[in-house]
Amino acid sequence: MSPVYALLRRDLLLSVRLGGSLALALGFYIVTGTLIGLGLGPEPALLARAAPGLIWVLALLSTLLALDRLFQADFEDGSLELMALSEAPLSLLVLAKILCHWLTTGLPLILGTPILALLFGLSLDDLWVLILSMALGTPALSLIGGIGAALTVGIRRGGLLLSLLVLPLYVPVLIFAVAAVEAASAGLDATPHLLLLAATMLVALAIAPAAAAAALRLHLS
Amino acid sequence: MFALANPRRFLNLAQWLEPLSWAAAAVFLVLGLYLSLFIAPPDYQQGETVRIMFIHVPAAWMSMMVYGFMAVASFLGLIYRHVLADLAAKAAAPIGAAFTFLALVTGSLWGRPMWGTYWVWDARLTSVLILFFLYLGYMALWQAIEDPVKAARAAAILCLVGVINLPIIKFSVDWWNTLHQPASVVKMGGPSIHPAMLWPLLAMALAYMLLFAALEMQRIRAELLERRLANLTGISH
Repeated sequence: MSPVYALLRRDLLLSVRLGGSLALALGFYIVTGTLIGLGLGPEPALLARAAPGLIWVLALLSTLLALDRLFQADFEDGSLELMALSEAPLSLLVLAKILCHWLTTGLPLILGTPILALLFGLSLDDLWVLILSMALGTPALSLIGGIGAALTVGIRRGGLLLSLLVLPLYVPVLIFAVAAVEAASAGLDATPHLLLLAATMLVALAIAPAAAAAALRLHLS
Repeated sequence: MFALANPRRFLNLAQWLEPLSWAAAAVFLVLGLYLSLFIAPPDYQQGETVRIMFIHVPAAWMSMMVYGFMAVASFLGLIYRHVLADLAAKAAAPIGAAFTFLALVTGSLWGRPMWGTYWVWDARLTSVLILFFLYLGYMALWQAIEDPVKAARAAAILCLVGVINLPIIKFSVDWWNTLHQPASVVKMGGPSIHPAMLWPLLAMALAYMLLFAALEMQRIRAELLERRLANLTGISH
């Protein structure tokens, strides 16, 4: 079994068996969404208007929750050094970990979005574009977040620093995704925004594994 | 340039170059402000408030230029492992953040009479705000990691990842329908701004660049001396 596949399998099994991150991100997402819905009040027009931006910001924050643990546990018990020494390129192993993070955080968020859309009164057509934007955007969030997690591994209060580093880089994703949904609800074509979002995700896919691997190596040296 | 990577040689150069830069910066600042505030004509639409441009635009140019400088220094520091390259990037960050803050604040103050609002979420303003946060994150990362060598390399990686924001800022006014004015100085076909306004602008830009050079040299000297002190006493920050 190749090292990359073995790592992916191990991380997925750990997340499922230890529990926590899957339910945590989704729980935070739904509960906070409910609170915001409560706080904004019952006016349906306001909720539907605010929904794309609010849901996306919640998705950002929920993704951030699980990020500082991405490399931390392996760094603490020494597995990260073994990964760095293995024959598989560290950037591929990092990609496997990021993929696991997306499967346990991003994917549940996508599946939980219809619930929030219901709470906010988003129409079915807009929901479709929202789901598509999340399918394209959440991998970018996990990838960019992986760079931040690799840079801040082993630092005290690394979680806060991680947010400060990663949130500015998240802004393009947020902008394009929300623009896509708002274009759809205005009756315009959402395709240009979704294509830009896809481009952002692909750039992140190209850069993040190498940058994160470089950052991990310097923490291990 | 690589000869300068030797700290001793840099300190010798800075010994005379820094005071010269301070003096030149002072001269051009006075000249630039005189040209901007008294010689440049008032705008036919905006009247006298256009004079904020002479502070705002060069500050915005410097905010991007300093980040570019940091990116080059980070790149060289990562590849050649020169301590001076890392220190140059570290020292430049607060100066760049200050220029960005100046650009944002003067732009906001100019926006109130011009556009009727202090802030608008258009592409240029948003991307410059992101640049400001990138500066802050960069400085925070340097502070957070104790080992200076590791901190330098982590910060270098962060700086290089964030450099993608620079072309976004530059071309944001072309790519998106924005409230901010499109490019009128650095664009294809040369500047479209009138020389009477271009010269004060360039004078202020030169003043800011000399100011950056002087501050940068001073800060690098301070970092080098701090390193030496840490090596001697065993205490580091």
